[in-house]
Amino acid sequence: MNGHSAIRNPQSAIPITFTLNGKPVSLGVDPAARLLDTLRYQLALTGTKEGCGEGECGACTVYLDGVPVNSCLVPTYQVRGQRVETVESLEPGALEPFERCGATQCGACTPGVVMTASWIREHPELLATHSIRELMAGNLCRCTGYDGIVDSVAEALREPGSGKRDT
Amino acid sequence: MRRREALAKLTGRERYVDDLPLDDFLWGMTVRSPAPRGRVTAIRFGTDIAWPEFVVVDHRDIPGPNVVALIEQDQPVLAAGYVRHVHEPVLLLAHPSREALRRAARSIEVVVAPEPPALDFRAPPGPAEIQYGTDNVLKRLQIVKGDVERALARAAVVVSGTYETGAQEHVYLEPQGMIASFEGAVLVVKGSMQCPYYVLKALQHALAREEALVRVIQTPTGGGFGGKEEFPSHIALHAALLALKSGRPVKLIYDRGEDMAATTKRHPALVRHRTGLGRDGRLLAQDIEVVIDGGAYVTLSPVVLSRAIIHAAGPYACDHVRISGRAMFTNAVPFGAFRGFGAPQSQFAGERHMDVIARTLGMDAVELRRINLLADGQSTATGQVIQDGTDRLAVMERALELSRYREKQRGHAAFNATHATLRRGSGLATFYHGAGFTGGGEVALQSRVRVAGRPDGRIEVLSANIEMGQGTLTVFTELAAARLGVAPEDVTVAEADTARVPNSGPTVASRTTMIVGGLLERAADDLRRRVGLDDTARGAAVQQAIRRWHREHPGEPLVGEAAYERPPGIAWDDTTYRGDAYGAFAWAAYVAEVEVDLRTCATRVIDFVAVQEVGKVLNPTLAKGQVQGGVVQGIGWALMEECKWREGAMANNQLTNYLIPTSDDVPSVRVAFLENPYPHGAGGAKGLGELPIDGPAPAIANAVARATGADPRAIPLTPEKLMELLEIADFGLRIADSAP
Ligand code: FES
Ligand code: FES
Repeated sequence: MNGHSAIRNPQSAIPITFTLNGKPVSLGVDPAARLLDTLRYQLALTGTKEGCGEGECGACTVYLDGVPVNSCLVPTYQVRGQRVETVESLEPGALEPFERCGATQCGACTPGVVMTASWIREHPELLATHSIRELMAGNLCRCTGYDGIVDSVAEALREPGSGKRDT
Repeated sequence: MRRREALAKLTGRERYVDDLPLDDFLWGMTVRSPAPRGRVTAIRFGTDIAWPEFVVVDHRDIPGPNVVALIEQDQPVLAAGYVRHVHEPVLLLAHPSREALRRAARSIEVVVAPEPPALDFRAPPGPAEIQYGTDNVLKRLQIVKGDVERALARAAVVVSGTYETGAQEHVYLEPQGMIASFEGAVLVVKGSMQCPYYVLKALQHALAREEALVRVIQTPTGGGFGGKEEFPSHIALHAALLALKSGRPVKLIYDRGEDMAATTKRHPALVRHRTGLGRDGRLLAQDIEVVIDGGAYVTLSPVVLSRAIIHAAGPYACDHVRISGRAMFTNAVPFGAFRGFGAPQSQFAGERHMDVIARTLGMDAVELRRINLLADGQSTATGQVIQDGTDRLAVMERALELSRYREKQRGHAAFNATHATLRRGSGLATFYHGAGFTGGGEVALQSRVRVAGRPDGRIEVLSANIEMGQGTLTVFTELAAARLGVAPEDVTVAEADTARVPNSGPTVASRTTMIVGGLLERAADDLRRRVGLDDTARGAAVQQAIRRWHREHPGEPLVGEAAYERPPGIAWDDTTYRGDAYGAFAWAAYVAEVEVDLRTCATRVIDFVAVQEVGKVLNPTLAKGQVQGGVVQGIGWALMEECKWREGAMANNQLTNYLIPTSDDVPSVRVAFLENPYPHGAGGAKGLGELPIDGPAPAIANAVARATGADPRAIPLTPEKLMELLEIADFGLRIADSAP
């Protein structure tokens, strides 16, 4: 483990087990640790980004039991026994429309964008009541102006396999 | 070609500064001034902290001059007993635990004996507030063309107006951060930045180190927009000082709150216009005054002011122009580079003023622009004769046509007459943006680019220009591949590491593609000559020759190089501010359609058309993305992004109370390009990155005026501000109604 450890006081560490990207993990976490920091600094999964640390930007989006959440707002001890999935779990092949349509520029928002977008792709029924723009509104992007992102999601929904996975 | 690093970004594999693996390091943190001005009388350290565990740095630990080297040498690395703005850095701390560090920083009290701060750049400072020269003016500039007073006296109509624009926070999604460490005697600083050589220069200067003992490496940068132009030098110095003192690697990453509070923002501005016109609406005289808030140190304000005044008269022909500019010292957190660099402020004023003129004259706003837009052979305010063959009227016509401007105007009239609570309108802005450094700036930079041929026949581009989302890696790959006729897969772009790449200047001012890309093309030609080929040799022939050269010169580097040369026929006089301000201008016409809800006074942009002429478009996906991103930043600046101030510092330094547009706040931005290849730009391209931030705010304010009858003169046009304006307009209407 590198010096990134989020544990401030080893005595107070809480032992927890959860499923991370399909594999069980057990570790001790500081009671105050945020899931975002545990992922990034304790487990070296740096794909999940911090844009604001207060639940506004969506750069830290992960799935908790299949539902997108802002990992900066989740205390790590709360995920005990749950399924956590990060951007590292996504199938790169499914990201082709995002590459093609200009969904990423600087990339800082991108892992979060891709997580929300992939979730929409798995739940196309949401589009009966919400627009892509509404569904993506929790992911701030300062570079693209959103057209590249919205177009990519629309393209991805057109691809075969959309809506298949159930969570 | 698709964005080179797209897949790495999409999969989360791209490693930004805070993602880099690092062993046995300390976290760094900055302790800042609580007051806008005064002497530091004491620094009290909390008694419940185990201070021997901490590394503590103050100004006495700086080996060289206590200055962050930039235009003027006035800004300290760490305050030395006196502070000039809230959040000015005073102390640095480092510790292995970030939590312990935060607790320790909170326990420190910086005590300041307060002195009267200057906080309003618009008002003349009181005697006790003077802190720079005799009048707090950081920089004064003037452009004079013809005889403006005489022309105003003779004009049939004179229209005056005062306009204001607010500060804007960059909100690059990746907050700023640096890592400093040592490789032997060499200080290595890595981080998020636009200008590796600015950082190198600042480190050398304040740390009194020779260039060979400092190495700066740009890490993938999560957005910049100017916010990572000059500011990263501060963080680099802070991290380096902590690393020097502790002998360990130090990582200094800002969280969002610190980033928004302590880093630079777009300069607030006040612009006054006095315009003389003929009865036909022809511009006869433009008298313009531009005042910007510089904040507590000079930073880049003189050059921001320069670009602001050069763009202030708009893309119009007028024989008598006077533009006076002032950058004011205040005890605010220093303002800095932000996409557009002064031009968005002065063109907001100019383009809103055009509509105010049209309304005063009872003229159509399109017609007013049509008769005044620059034609080839006419000159700008600095006397630069425009002769680029671009049909600026066609740019405007295309925007009107794509937005169905006329049809919609009729539709809006009918809609507004019948709808109880909603009002719609469209607004137009025609504008321009000069690409590259102003005047002699590019000559002074002396940028150099190298293109290397590798032993395996591959090509490597070496430059200090960086990728921050705008597409440098992709465009440089495409340019080198096209120039040498090789496959893009055979081209690599070197990491911007000052130990390896030459100084090709900063990644700012829309210069990377047009100017640095042009050097890249010439460096590729030079490489080809070095292997004995002429400029017609392409593809396999070039790669074979490179491999052969390496067999004949084992172990030697094969590098082509090019240095900046001023395009022919360009002349600029920095003392009189006359001449060719830029090698090229990009031209644009934007149309915004808005819907205002009279119940909430909220304005929504429901359609946006952006038409521009930027020379040859090198990569349509990237170019379109730049425009769309710039427009949405402009929508934010126009309608919602409001910095609230407390003693010269941002009080709403969170994304919960400083709102930027979400996907649901903005429409699709419809983009079109007219192409007129620029002979001196790479592949015929002109600069593009900044242009799109100039047009949205005036187009939107003009649309709101059209929709509601209000007369907005300031942005951001938040619902509260619009409510006040509508009450005024409504009052005016009732007075008019009750008139006999
Ligand atoms: S970092 Fe979690 S929402 Fe912004
Ligand atoms: S790509 Fe930069 S913030 Fe979205």
